[in-house]
Amino acid sequence: MTGLAFVHALLRRDLRLASRRRTQTLLPLAFFGTAALLFPLGIGPEPQRLREIAPGIAWACALLAAMLPLQQLYAGDQADGSLEQLMLHDPSAFGIALSKAAVHWATSGLPLVIVAPLAGALMGLTADAAAMLALTLLLGTPVLSLLGSLGAALTLGLRHAAGLILLIVLPLCVPALVFGTGAVAAVDGGGSAAAHCELLGALLIASLALAPWAAAAALRISTE
Amino acid sequence: MGTLRGVDLACRRGDRVVFQGLQFSLGAGELAWLRGRNGSGKSSLLRLAAGLASPLRGELTWDDAPLARSEAFRRTRRFIGHANGLQDELTVGESLAFCAALAGAPGARIVPALRAFGLESLADAPVRTLSQGQRRRAALATLGLSEEPGVWLLDEPFDALDAEAAQRLQSLIASHRARGGSVLLAAHGEALQVPPTQVIDLSA
Repeated sequence: MTGLAFVHALLRRDLRLASRRRTQTLLPLAFFGTAALLFPLGIGPEPQRLREIAPGIAWACALLAAMLPLQQLYAGDQADGSLEQLMLHDPSAFGIALSKAAVHWATSGLPLVIVAPLAGALMGLTADAAAMLALTLLLGTPVLSLLGSLGAALTLGLRHAAGLILLIVLPLCVPALVFGTGAVAAVDGGGSAAAHCELLGALLIASLALAPWAAAAALRISTE
Repeated sequence: MGTLRGVDLACRRGDRVVFQGLQFSLGAGELAWLRGRNGSGKSSLLRLAAGLASPLRGELTWDDAPLARSEAFRRTRRFIGHANGLQDELTVGESLAFCAALAGAPGARIVPALRAFGLESLADAPVRTLSQGQRRRAALATLGLSEEPGVWLLDEPFDALDAEAAQRLQSLIASHRARGGSVLLAAHGEALQVPPTQVIDLSA
């Protein structure tokens, strides 16, 4: 079977599973909404202050929300023996890593891209800044998914995997957070976000080029 | 159909060498019974043969070529481990359709594969509603998705099966061997009703 057919079959299965595990699938979105709501309650409803920190709040909440489903990314398949069956097929590990990252993005990243600008607008972001928040998340959330897939593969089968994933992945995601919030702040301040967006794009390309290979190697080691 | 050979195989689990110096050869139509006490490395050998793990020493070959380089072996081998490889949220039919897609088998093979284990009435049932024996039947039904002869690597396939399902599996194995396929299986002696062509004893 070709690599594309393998990824397609796995994507279809995992999206079907996500549609039937609604609680698990909606958890990142619910976390994002709750966490984004807590900041105004804790800091106070002063519009100017909220507007200044809105990009950071939105990005940090999106980053943490994207971490929630990572522990189960491969663990469920490993527990029921599906991962062994998947590893028997070519292109096995690489295809698994790529499709798992894609499903993670489709079920966790994409909803955040849609909802985060609304949260930003509620915190006083201008329409242009909210649109830039959506664009930066569109570029940045796939990076979180690809690096998250790597972290989940590295910790597969380990005790306390959930905590270890955070320790591995969160530092790697800091550049995306910095460039993402920087771009929104630049637009909100009337400047250009081109440089930030280009750097985010470069991060995405680098993650796409390297993370699935590294995750595939980690999967082979974890399943042997 | 080629020959699967193990040459001077050694396998390590953790810090312990579970077997070493193992030689075997499995040709077309043959059934090898893998026996040994608990922890003697039966599952490990099956995983080695499936290409899911690497031996500590020695080599596994298919028609004298290393397994990793044999496209024919990788395409036709089937491995059923201890775990059934089924997702609770999918139906039995969806699970087999997914396995068929991965194996490149035609969708038309799904119904005969289910029928071989008496599961056609459960095609639309979610896996989570099945008993342990029914789950094992569903996992074994994936063997029927392809009629291409290859090597079947089966780890305790009779576990949780009732007498009728065990008989169905024996029939499926017989048909597979008649087509030129070969089988390497780990099972308790009383479960295997057909005399194997060879016994690989890992306790020795």
